[in-house]
Amino acid sequence: MDWYPLINSLRIAAVSCAVVFFLGILCAWYAAGLPRAAKGVLDTILTLPMVLPPTVCGYFLLLLFGVKRPLGAFLARFGVRFVMTWYGGVLAASAVAFPLMYRTARGAFESFDETLAYSAQTLGLSNAFIFWRIRMPACRQGILAGAVLAFARALGEYGATSMLVGYTPGKTATISTTVYQLWRTGDEAGALLWVLVNMAVSALTLVAVNMLEDRQKRR
Amino acid sequence: MGLQVRIRKKLGDFLLDTAFETDGARPEVMGLLGASGCGKSCTLKCIAGIERPDWGYIVLDGVTLFDSEKKIDLPPQKRRVGYLFQSYGLFPNMTVEQNILCGMVGEKNPGARKAELGRVLSVMQLEGLEGRRPRQLSGGQAQRVALARILVNRPRLLMLDEPFSALDSHLREKLQFRVKEILEDFGRTVLVVTHSRDEVYHLCRRAAVMDKGRLLTLKDTKTLFADPESVCAARLTGCKNIASAHKSGEYEVEVPDWGIRLQTAQPVREGLRAVGIRAHRFNAGAKRNRAAVKCLREMEEPFGRIVEFRWEAQPAHSAALWWREPKDCGVCGFPDGLGVEPDDVLLLYE
Repeated sequence: MDWYPLINSLRIAAVSCAVVFFLGILCAWYAAGLPRAAKGVLDTILTLPMVLPPTVCGYFLLLLFGVKRPLGAFLARFGVRFVMTWYGGVLAASAVAFPLMYRTARGAFESFDETLAYSAQTLGLSNAFIFWRIRMPACRQGILAGAVLAFARALGEYGATSMLVGYTPGKTATISTTVYQLWRTGDEAGALLWVLVNMAVSALTLVAVNMLEDRQKRR
Repeated sequence: MGLQVRIRKKLGDFLLDTAFETDGARPEVMGLLGASGCGKSCTLKCIAGIERPDWGYIVLDGVTLFDSEKKIDLPPQKRRVGYLFQSYGLFPNMTVEQNILCGMVGEKNPGARKAELGRVLSVMQLEGLEGRRPRQLSGGQAQRVALARILVNRPRLLMLDEPFSALDSHLREKLQFRVKEILEDFGRTVLVVTHSRDEVYHLCRRAAVMDKGRLLTLKDTKTLFADPESVCAARLTGCKNIASAHKSGEYEVEVPDWGIRLQTAQPVREGLRAVGIRAHRFNAGAKRNRAAVKCLREMEEPFGRIVEFRWEAQPAHSAALWWREPKDCGVCGFPDGLGVEPDDVLLLYE
């Protein structure tokens, strides 16, 4: 049996989770410090991919990165193609998973008790120390939760992925596109097998999350 | 030496406009007494560098921390100002030991850090709690850890923001003894911000009253309580009976709301606004400033009682007065008249 869809799904989910992790924290950090009106505007734009149907996100991604579009054509000159490639899948999954990371991280940053930062400042502790040793640990729960949600969402991505990279066995096939493709072509047993694989991966993710939370509580 | 502050800051409709100096010759514990929202905490935040004043200067021991004209604005990290927050600000992800070690910013030598940690743990009576997390501490313990963390930082000025408000009332007085000692040992200028007259009286040699962003009177704490001078200061120092009044003689005021005239010990100056009489200063046996009263009701207290009363000649629209009487006075029932010594009539000006 060809395990390519599993490996491809995992690598897309892992890479986009990493991308979204840093990008989401950065945007959340920036947004949490903005004045009310500006935050509202930025918030709407950054959260839009979460409420739009994934196919619409895929449509916008095609508008931007299609080979005949200005940006896509420009990137193609350097040999970077997001259409019909596995890293196009990363792009699609990242776009859809980003709001989950961004929103949970922003919530964590906003619920941080600023008094802790103030008292650290008056003690003469550097801003870098305050960020990495006080603010981040206090927000760790929220940030981890966001990362897990983003990973799970990226793993299950179907709509935007199918628009942007389609289904090419051994190239862009992911678990979710494979399930659809096998079902469509009448291979019910094959579809069921991949459904079981998907469930196993999701269950493993959840177990990992629970173990993480337990360790957190015991500390 | 000491602290010199003169700042102005606008926050929406609120204007903080305050100026004061601490004793430059010797370290003192100074109190800022005010109702919530009067600008006390904002003043402390400006001194610590957390808030930036619109205008003015802040000088500590000859070092300019902030000066709007000279464009000086030191970051909080460079100000060496110890700030004990109302919620103590202990880092929840660190143990007591790690929290205190965070305060030793200048000391890098591990041996010296350990020795200092041991010393401060024993002084603050925190031995055995090194491994605890802040949420596992009682209110009093958390306060001492926060103080320890600040003291090992060796600040040039210590500021306490409502230090006892997060504690149970029965713990408060007990801890005030301990904190008073710590503040005296600190040997440098201390600012205590509070809305509690007891705390100011217990801890501070001098005190200032703040009202609506302005600093009213700064004087010796005992003098402040004996002669509060303004309506706001009288109320904050616990005066229950205040009524508008005007001068009717060299040593006499007329109080229309109470329908009486009162003799005073101090000569009455122009610009009198009101008089105040502390509830425990009335006396059923007093001859001076005596007038007929109608007692309305009483409320028992652990060591006395509070009697609500009106003067016989008091107009109907004005509020009733309070008389607080200790239990061992032996008077039961309601007297027909009450008097007050001229010394105890507080003259309140603008």
